[in-house]
Amino acid sequence: MNYFALFNLTPSFEIDKAGLAATYQQLQKLTHPDKFATASERDKLIALQKNAQVNDGYQVLKTPLSRAEHMLELRGVELQHEQKTMQDGAFLMQQMEWREQLDDAQHADDPLSALESLDEDVAADIKRLLSELGALLEQSDDESNENAANLVRKLKFLFKLRHEIELKEDALSDF
Amino acid sequence: MALLQIAEPGLSAAPHQRKLAVGIDLGTTNSLVATVRSGQAETLGDGNKQHLLPSVVKYAADSVIVGEQAKHDASLDPTNTIVSVKRFLGRSLSDIRRSYPDLPYDFDESNPNSPLLNVVGRQVNPVEVSSEILIALRLRAEQSLGEELSGAVVTVPAYFDDAQRQGTKDAAQLAGLKVLRLLNEPTAAAIAYGLDSAQEGVIAVYDLGGGTFDISILRLSKGVFEVLATGGDSALGGDDFDHAIVTYFRQQLGLEGTLSKRLHRVLLDKAKFAKESLSDEDSVTVEFTDDEQNERSLSLSRAAFEELIAGLVKNTLRACRRALKDSELEKDEVLEVVMVGGSTRVPCVREQVGAFFGRDPLTSIDPDKVVAIGASIQADILVGNKPDGEMLLLDVLPLSLGLETMGGLVEKVIHRNTTIPVAKAQEFTTFKDGQTAMMIHVLQGERELVDDCRSLAKFTLHGIPPMAAGAAHIRVTFQVDADGLLNVMAMEKSSGVQAEIQVKPSYGLDESQISDMLKASMQNATGDMQARMLKEQQVEAARVHEALQAALNADGAELLSAAEIETIQASLAVLDTAGKNDDIDAIKKAISAADAASQIFAEKRMDHSIKKALAGHTVDSI
Repeated sequence: MNYFALFNLTPSFEIDKAGLAATYQQLQKLTHPDKFATASERDKLIALQKNAQVNDGYQVLKTPLSRAEHMLELRGVELQHEQKTMQDGAFLMQQMEWREQLDDAQHADDPLSALESLDEDVAADIKRLLSELGALLEQSDDESNENAANLVRKLKFLFKLRHEIELKEDALSDF
Repeated sequence: MALLQIAEPGLSAAPHQRKLAVGIDLGTTNSLVATVRSGQAETLGDGNKQHLLPSVVKYAADSVIVGEQAKHDASLDPTNTIVSVKRFLGRSLSDIRRSYPDLPYDFDESNPNSPLLNVVGRQVNPVEVSSEILIALRLRAEQSLGEELSGAVVTVPAYFDDAQRQGTKDAAQLAGLKVLRLLNEPTAAAIAYGLDSAQEGVIAVYDLGGGTFDISILRLSKGVFEVLATGGDSALGGDDFDHAIVTYFRQQLGLEGTLSKRLHRVLLDKAKFAKESLSDEDSVTVEFTDDEQNERSLSLSRAAFEELIAGLVKNTLRACRRALKDSELEKDEVLEVVMVGGSTRVPCVREQVGAFFGRDPLTSIDPDKVVAIGASIQADILVGNKPDGEMLLLDVLPLSLGLETMGGLVEKVIHRNTTIPVAKAQEFTTFKDGQTAMMIHVLQGERELVDDCRSLAKFTLHGIPPMAAGAAHIRVTFQVDADGLLNVMAMEKSSGVQAEIQVKPSYGLDESQISDMLKASMQNATGDMQARMLKEQQVEAARVHEALQAALNADGAELLSAAEIETIQASLAVLDTAGKNDDIDAIKKAISAADAASQIFAEKRMDHSIKKALAGHTVDSI
């Protein structure tokens, strides 16, 4: 399924978010099962399946990381997240360092601000890698694709780390 | 199946004719029915102008009594009077026993997955009991509107899982209602306010009922209601306020040890009275007779009451904060706060919710009726009374769906708060050489361990061709419809041999149980079931014929070859003949054949309508 085509878009990492949301709403109005509440069972099922694609497509296109993955998938690049080992030593060192900071944060004088500062560092790195990813995806040769796939794998690490920081923050805060 | 959409064969309702549709709030304590009349949504009362129907069903030797009278009789005949049956929908016997250890009912032990209650002269299941409440509401609506209903929107708590939603839908079908949609209660409340004010922005719905608390964060934009997040606590409500007051009474008056059932009841009633009085008064005094026949009295100030419930209210605000976080919003981005449920009449609840969100909550619609009113507005739209209506309601999955993997862990396939309808597939493989079957266990919930989640279904995929471990590719597809109901398909695809199975939740009722119950209910009712089913099929045949002919006239020439049109026309001719005769099976076959002949055409039309609309959009934006 080519979600860019479903949303009438040219595949691209840069995307007009407001335009995407407007198209999404338009597609909802055309495909949502509520618009087929009095239709035949068969037509309801067709609407259900199409609407499920619209919902999935919107989620995939809305988020930069999944959008990049979808572009690579359409170009036939295999991502194999778990199976492939990370080769970049410096990146791995940085990860270990951040994970130590995460573990140590709860013993800091002010655990919440320690976590916030860590979160800012990770967020800055995510921003940097996303912009590199955008530049790579503008090319479509094998080498750029392979490098883009590597960046996607790295970004997955970083998003996971951010999620763990969030969980720690939740556990620490009053509510 | 549309039991109530009966017209003379071939005479379907004219398109411009207004159809009757209702919204039903099937509540734990009380239920309501509402409809839109002359553009105005309103709840419907009984002969005594009572709008709230107590959700109580009493079984007598030769009759079933629902509502106020049954509630009144509950203490006289507790075993045969089912109170708050909503708590049992989609639950196993052990679930029910664990959550409510002191129930006065006589459960049949032989069927633990689908609990049966022994009442006078028969056995009933929670779906049947719920359907009695829905029948009472349907009859009330038909009597006050003077016509049969075309359809109903039935509300469910946002937190209801698949089995509970399925149980609700089954109960509605059994009650002879065509379910247009199951709607989350907080969403219905937002609709009740949303249409009046036609605003755009983020809305929080705070729903504190008798026994449950729900918080929903919704976004309203260009007529689209999108549920961003839901949360809450299924065991927190106004009843807990009453219990907190009872505990206070007992501490203050030194009432220790076990109380008589009578005194416990009296104290709960007095607590409820005190709570309600304190909405208007600063202080209240209660009097009662204790088990030693002494007259006792005690006063409770509003300040003391507020202190008693402070922890409970704080728990609700904690859930609000989590829901905001899930929807990635800050408090000040919330435009309106809607209050639902009788417990939101407590002033300190209103104040604290207002303080938390930094704005006065909306309370202009009766918080007991707001859900039914919203549901009736949605029903009016879905049944087609507002063909130009722009409003569309998007909903999310309340609880994650997943599969059991090695070591009793759950792998999530669809995360909670995903917009529905949704379909997701996950691939698995065999772990032994020559393995020919695989057990698939479907679960719902947020926790990691199988034992902490709700088991929805278990089935075995047989017929996997024997091959080396890890060589088979089993694709498991979850499909959730707009009502939040799940279908699971599993398929082995590497060898080209396909096996597929569809499941229904293990706590729901299977198709044959439902159809048996329907048959039984229709045999009890007057009228000839055979004739009714025939008419129904004839109407359906006419509807399919008309819709397909209209589709051919509109898009046939553009999308199909002459030969393809001819095939569909041939199936229409067969359908036309079958629809004029009285062989039910032949009509069903002709409908299926027409569906099959036009399947690709229907898919093409859907794609075509999308392309056309989006092409227009592109031109517009240039």
